[in-house]
Amino acid sequence: MKLRTGLFAAVAAVALAATSPVQAKTFKFAFQGDLSSLDPHSLNESFLLGTLGNVYEGLALYDPNMQIVPGLAESWKILTPTTWEFKLRKGVKFHGGQDFTADDVIFSWERAGRDGSDQKVRNSMIKSITKVDDHTIVMETPAPNPILVQDLPYLFIMDKEWSEEHGTTSSTSAAGDNAGNYANLHANGTGPFKIKSHEADIKSVLVRNENYWKDIPTNVSEVIFTPIKEAPTRVAALISGELDMVYPVPVQDWERLDNAKGVKALTGPEARTIFIGFDQGRDELLYSNIKGKNPFKDQRVRAAFVHAINLDAIKEKIMRGAATPTGLLAAPQVNGFVESLNSPYAYDPEKSKALLAEAGYPDGFEVTLDCPNNRYVNDEKICQAVTSMLAKVGVKVDLLAQPKSKYFGKVLATSGYDTSFYLLGWTPGSMDAENVLSSLIVCQNADAKKGMFNLGNYCNPKVDELTAAIGSETDQAKRNAMIAEAFKIVKDDVGYMPIHQQPLSWGVSDRVTVNQRADNGLDYRYVVINE
Amino acid sequence: MEQVTPATKTRLQRFFGSDVWYSFMRSPVAIISAIVTIGMILAAIFAPWIAPNNPFDLASISIMDGNLPPAWESAGDSRFLLGTDDQGRGVLSTILYGARISLIVGFFSVIFSMVVGIALGLISGYAGGRTDALIMRIADIQLSFPAILIALLVDGVARGVLPSELHTDISIYVLIFAIGISGWVQYARTVRGSTLVEKNKEYVQAARVIGIRPLTILRRHILPNVMGPVMVIATIHLAIAIITEATLSFLGVGVPPTTPSLGTLIRIGNEYLFSGDWWITIFPGITLVVLVLAVNLLGDWMRDALNPKLR
Amino acid sequence: MISFIFKRLVQSVIVMLTVALIAFSMFRFIGDPINNMVGQDTSQADRAALTEQLGLNDPFLVQFGRFALNAAEGNFGISYKYRQPVSSLILERLSATLELSLVAAILTLVVGIPLGVYTALKGKGLLSKGIMTLSLIGVSLPTFLIGILLILFFGVMLRWLPTFGRGDVVALGWWTTGFLTLSGIKSLILPSITLALFQMTLIMRLVRAEMLEVLRTDFIKFARARGLPDRSVHFKHALKNTLVPVITITGLQLGALIAFAIITESVFQWPGMGLLFIQAISDVDIPIMAAYLVLIAFFFVVINMIVDILYYAVDPRLRADSSV
Repeated sequence: MKLRTGLFAAVAAVALAATSPVQAKTFKFAFQGDLSSLDPHSLNESFLLGTLGNVYEGLALYDPNMQIVPGLAESWKILTPTTWEFKLRKGVKFHGGQDFTADDVIFSWERAGRDGSDQKVRNSMIKSITKVDDHTIVMETPAPNPILVQDLPYLFIMDKEWSEEHGTTSSTSAAGDNAGNYANLHANGTGPFKIKSHEADIKSVLVRNENYWKDIPTNVSEVIFTPIKEAPTRVAALISGELDMVYPVPVQDWERLDNAKGVKALTGPEARTIFIGFDQGRDELLYSNIKGKNPFKDQRVRAAFVHAINLDAIKEKIMRGAATPTGLLAAPQVNGFVESLNSPYAYDPEKSKALLAEAGYPDGFEVTLDCPNNRYVNDEKICQAVTSMLAKVGVKVDLLAQPKSKYFGKVLATSGYDTSFYLLGWTPGSMDAENVLSSLIVCQNADAKKGMFNLGNYCNPKVDELTAAIGSETDQAKRNAMIAEAFKIVKDDVGYMPIHQQPLSWGVSDRVTVNQRADNGLDYRYVVINE
Repeated sequence: MEQVTPATKTRLQRFFGSDVWYSFMRSPVAIISAIVTIGMILAAIFAPWIAPNNPFDLASISIMDGNLPPAWESAGDSRFLLGTDDQGRGVLSTILYGARISLIVGFFSVIFSMVVGIALGLISGYAGGRTDALIMRIADIQLSFPAILIALLVDGVARGVLPSELHTDISIYVLIFAIGISGWVQYARTVRGSTLVEKNKEYVQAARVIGIRPLTILRRHILPNVMGPVMVIATIHLAIAIITEATLSFLGVGVPPTTPSLGTLIRIGNEYLFSGDWWITIFPGITLVVLVLAVNLLGDWMRDALNPKLR
Repeated sequence: MISFIFKRLVQSVIVMLTVALIAFSMFRFIGDPINNMVGQDTSQADRAALTEQLGLNDPFLVQFGRFALNAAEGNFGISYKYRQPVSSLILERLSATLELSLVAAILTLVVGIPLGVYTALKGKGLLSKGIMTLSLIGVSLPTFLIGILLILFFGVMLRWLPTFGRGDVVALGWWTTGFLTLSGIKSLILPSITLALFQMTLIMRLVRAEMLEVLRTDFIKFARARGLPDRSVHFKHALKNTLVPVITITGLQLGALIAFAIITESVFQWPGMGLLFIQAISDVDIPIMAAYLVLIAFFFVVINMIVDILYYAVDPRLRADSSV
């Protein structure tokens, strides 16, 4: 099995681009899901944002390795712990020919905070924006936020004039009378590609913006995107040469792709961590045969569970060697990752049995595992394997695998965290460990909007204190030390059962070179058609 | 299915002395398909005893045995004659257990359709008038919706109404109901037709005159006469039910993968069609096709043999 | 005649309302749509506000009443996922499904009827037996498996035909057609065969059975006795009488084709209504699901009515007893 990293691809792309002549070059690709809207504020979801990132841009951009680089802002500096100054890029034009100015930034930030927007979280990271002149703004944050720019690549900038002209000053929403919003089916960004046509769930065609402000490696003049839901159909379309790229590709098909002529699997570790959580909040589990107490409140039981799981077997057999077993909820690509804590809990069924006996469950107990079956790479199969591994130490797990809509409807806050034991995956939107801590690890607190995805309510006041301090610490070294301390506590508590970082799995024709970004994003800027 | 009514039995006994039996013995296709069908049913019933390992017992399967090719290939393992799937379950064993589930779903949904269909058909034909018109109108509406859509609807409702922790346990009953409810119309129409004919025959009129209760008349005199065509429909319906179950599994509303049916196995194996692990799809696929084909051939022969006009 | 049609019309409306009610009540149970409409970071308060705005907290009957009234005007609301009117989404896909079903229906008849006639007439022949057995294998394979095997063979191994989608389409007003381009026609081949195979065998077996019955009737015997040539007996008399029930079944099966297209469309990523529907089920896009089911019901009701009226016109016996 050949692993090719995105880095090589990117280097090759840059090298090739310099010599390619300009002519019509079409890049065709398929993804399992679809582009539900063209409105950049309509949905905070990675595929939509990744795709629209080729049409719209934020003040900062991701480079091929997901590092932050200047985008529509040329430079920025911190004035006080809560204020930032941004110098905006001059001479940038929207696709419609309008000039990009400070007003557009302020308008877009406001739009992201209006009703119908799903980008309110990003809007709320900024308290106010003041225009200094047409190309200088000052942003104020509600609290010191050393990683503000991490959240800027996906806060897309729209043109104020265009939006006002077409009456789309707030985001497209399914509710209310905001449907049929102009921006839902039309786009006017500053990015390297323009929307030529878009039929939801059928086909979208994009063409190169010849007036793009930056030199980029791509030589593609037209991009055609088709959603293909069934994995075998997707893979067939690639092998038959109809498409230049498809993703995701089932991990078991890598060998087949590598053996087929003219195509290959492009893989790498994704920044998404897959893990299993325990309900440690309730006094009695909702779905278990143990009544009157909650076995997961006992650290020994949680430890027994993690030691019963053979992560290497899951990696080898289910993920075909492609996953990275992990001991931490943050991936290596995430700022604040701690190498020393990342080694998984050891696989030791004997120890597991001993721990269960010590905790008073020598014959194990029964519990239901909630699992999605169409959200993460081989999610249901991982759950099945966990079920069978736990059976070997005496724990009888009932597996309830459901489509993601049913699954999330059950386990999330909307249904009152209706689960005892669940599998979840997480990529921090800001690519920073603070997001992991405040979403998954701090105690649930609905008012402060903290720990909303800590479905099992793991709760340790010390971690909460540290997380609060991390949120406003601007000294990177101190901040990272605190992050490491918090993760160490979670690990010793066995707050979660980390499984692995799932692999990125793309199928690419030899005709093209692409850059595979760690958040599974396809940036057309680095797509090069080889001749 | 012989236990449905005592009348069936006598009817079947009559078969053996008749030229139906003779025609059966003369048709090699019928004999072979009967042997295959019965063989598969027996294998499914006795799966717990003949399967080399129990794929539903999670403590006994090991993921380290996953994706092993059939035993005759160099990487194969003698414990797993037909190889293993991704979870390390022996394919032979999953097929035996899977066929069991497919046949259970098939048989019970056919019985369900049959009971509902015969009952409504008899009532409709015997009572006539408004009752008849109402039942037949419902049948029309029902007939206009393809079975697969009805099954999708029923399954969707069931999954919504019932608490989700029950799903794994009851999914098989939901499937039986969903497939069964979509098939009763054919039985009802056939039975109604025969009932209309029989009702007006003199012996039935006579029985009515001497005051025999309608229920008794239906059971003694009319039912035995409609069992022939009903058996033909039932056989073909069994094949359709098994296929429908497989299709529902493909659409993601079948039985859970921890207790897979043949359809679920094909669905799982589908994901391995492009990778080299052909045995995960091919063996369950062949089993399904052979089973359905045998049942269909049997039904075909039965229709020709029981249709007096064609004899 | 008029009262008959009126009666059928009233019945049709009742059918439509029943379907709408069943479909609508199902949706409440399929899952919470909100989670598919927002990203993972969206707050609880915003989620709750959205639920309220969509009217998902209203009593059931209020929601249904609103739905039925709007639907009667052709307004099925806004798709939760695409944020576009459902009627325009469906319209975009209608032509894809109808073209696929039409080609499959033609294929079914053009292949099914001649094969049925042939197997009825030459029942003892080896070829005829072969066709019968093959047809049974066709019925015994699940549709989705046929589709995937066709893709594997003709798309991936031979690379003769496209594996997904409609190819290039030409827009004629709101209707898009794949008939006018080479890639469009090539794209139609595999999906339409997949969709037609099951119906083809069904029609073939039906024609064979009907034909065999008709050939045994007295008037055919008389025709033969009169010394008419086989050809004339078979095609002028027998086939003609066979076709009446065949037409009825074909009409009904046309509806089935549209519904069965769900499976074919998801295997071939055919951008039709069935694909939209299956997608909507997994996204809990309630307005799309409701509209699809009501539309399918509408198709069936119309087809049923046409068949009934044709029957009524053709078969005088029905006129005497119109309660049936």
